Amino acid sequence: MRRAIWLVPTLYIVFLMLPIYWLLNMSFKTTNEILGGFTLWPHDFTVANYVTIYSDPTWYLGYVNSLTYVSLNTVISVGLALPAAYAFSRYRFVGDKHLFFWLLTNRMAPPAVFALPFFQLYSAVNLFDTHIAVALAHTLFNIPLAVWILEGFMSGVPKELDEAAYVDGYSFPRFFFKIFVPAIKSGIGVAAFFCFMFSWVELLLAKTLTSVEAKPIAATMTRTASTAGYDLGLLAAAGCLTIIPGAIVIYFVRNYIAKGFALGRV
Amino acid sequence: MNKTENQRAWFFVAPVLVLVAFNALIPLMTVVNYSVQETFGNNVFFWQGVGWFEQLLHSERFQAALGRQIVFTAIILAIEIPLGVAIALTMPRKGPWVSVCLVLMALPLLIPWNVVGAMWNIFALPEIGLLGRAINALGIDYNMTQQPLAAWFTTILMDVWHWTSLVVLLAYAGLISIPDAYYQAAEIDGARPWAVFRYIQLPKMKQVLTIAILLRFIDSFMIYTEPFVLTGGGPGNATTFLSIDLVKVALGQFDLGPAAAMSLIYFIMTLLASWVFYTVMTKNDAR
Repeated sequence: MRRAIWLVPTLYIVFLMLPIYWLLNMSFKTTNEILGGFTLWPHDFTVANYVTIYSDPTWYLGYVNSLTYVSLNTVISVGLALPAAYAFSRYRFVGDKHLFFWLLTNRMAPPAVFALPFFQLYSAVNLFDTHIAVALAHTLFNIPLAVWILEGFMSGVPKELDEAAYVDGYSFPRFFFKIFVPAIKSGIGVAAFFCFMFSWVELLLAKTLTSVEAKPIAATMTRTASTAGYDLGLLAAAGCLTIIPGAIVIYFVRNYIAKGFALGRV
Repeated sequence: MNKTENQRAWFFVAPVLVLVAFNALIPLMTVVNYSVQETFGNNVFFWQGVGWFEQLLHSERFQAALGRQIVFTAIILAIEIPLGVAIALTMPRKGPWVSVCLVLMALPLLIPWNVVGAMWNIFALPEIGLLGRAINALGIDYNMTQQPLAAWFTTILMDVWHWTSLVVLLAYAGLISIPDAYYQAAEIDGARPWAVFRYIQLPKMKQVLTIAILLRFIDSFMIYTEPFVLTGGGPGNATTFLSIDLVKVALGQFDLGPAAAMSLIYFIMTLLASWVFYTVMTKNDAR
């Protein structure tokens, strides 16, 4: 019985890895081998697909664009959410509950609803096809999430900490940055992780708001797939490379993922 | 925690409020504006009233997409929530394998959604995909680009692959917050595994599970990119869910009025369902 129980997570992880392995397998094959038949591993091993991506600016700039707006979005979302979450966790004020729910409703709005109006709005303010436009658009669902997570973590910090700091003569900004922020740093890590995640994986809005200058890597992939025939090897290589940033981020927050969910109530 | 009354807290909230208002209110008002007007191009608009809404609610196309969406979300919740809890229960609680499990399980969550679709497309192709080839080798005729049932099966399997980990992580977080003393007490009382699950683990997971159900409901109800890349909504309209249909109308045909009316009805539906969840959640908090 005890040994059988280990099988469940193991089988689940094997199931998770199979499509990823298949993508990796495809990325090291030549187009001839892919179309020529079914092989479980690359017989004609090649890194040509990766070389193409590395040497063609339309490909590698896609990664730069994506990482730029994702980082911008994470900084804006967490930066603005910090004071708001502090207010929600420490004070009662007129309309606080309604405001909190209204923020959450934006996490619940289908991006498809916003695609067309966003296109018009960001064109009207001359931000179309810039990194900041995508970063700002993604705050629509990331700020509510960040406020929600941070509020949970902040409520876990006893109020006596604030009071003790005032008694010791700390000014509010000094207390906030010197004492309070370090006290909830794992919460900030978890919030930043989720902002990164949801901005990195979102494509509908990112694609709608960009054309050339800030085009995300994921959009480059869709366009290549439709115009240049069906170059599966190249597509697979580009797909494999999009997994790497996520994997790095997960590795850094691995100790917080499980705890963060519980403490932050998210 | 007892909070102090302080109206100046609004200053802390103001930046978030301004940015989200810019992002949410202006587009929403644009949509409301379009939904009651008719246009023949050149930015000339005519008052249309509630015509688009009436037309939409009677349209078979919308009803069919809504029906597919509800069935899809129901299947997703019915599979992912129990499966996620089961996997969380069997995961190790201590030792080096915890990190390995968490990192590997979180991996699908951080893959861009269209890459997920493309990956499953390659994985499920009948000729060169591992899954497609394997199913056909079993003697079952399987081709997701031609058979609606196969397309549904692949889409659901893809979503289970993509999102079950979120339920696992949430349930696992609930589980590790249970103190060891609870289990020791259960052992002294001679509780069976089922009783431990029913009276200790399930109540402790209630909060995180509510959030898991809420998030899975919202995200599966808004699903767009993955099925769009995987099947393109086909074969025929078999996997055209609400978002895919909406984008077809709004950005494909540029039918502003009907698209706006559809957006509003869609948004109000998610809002209503979310409000119900939120009320349930805050009730739990108060207890």
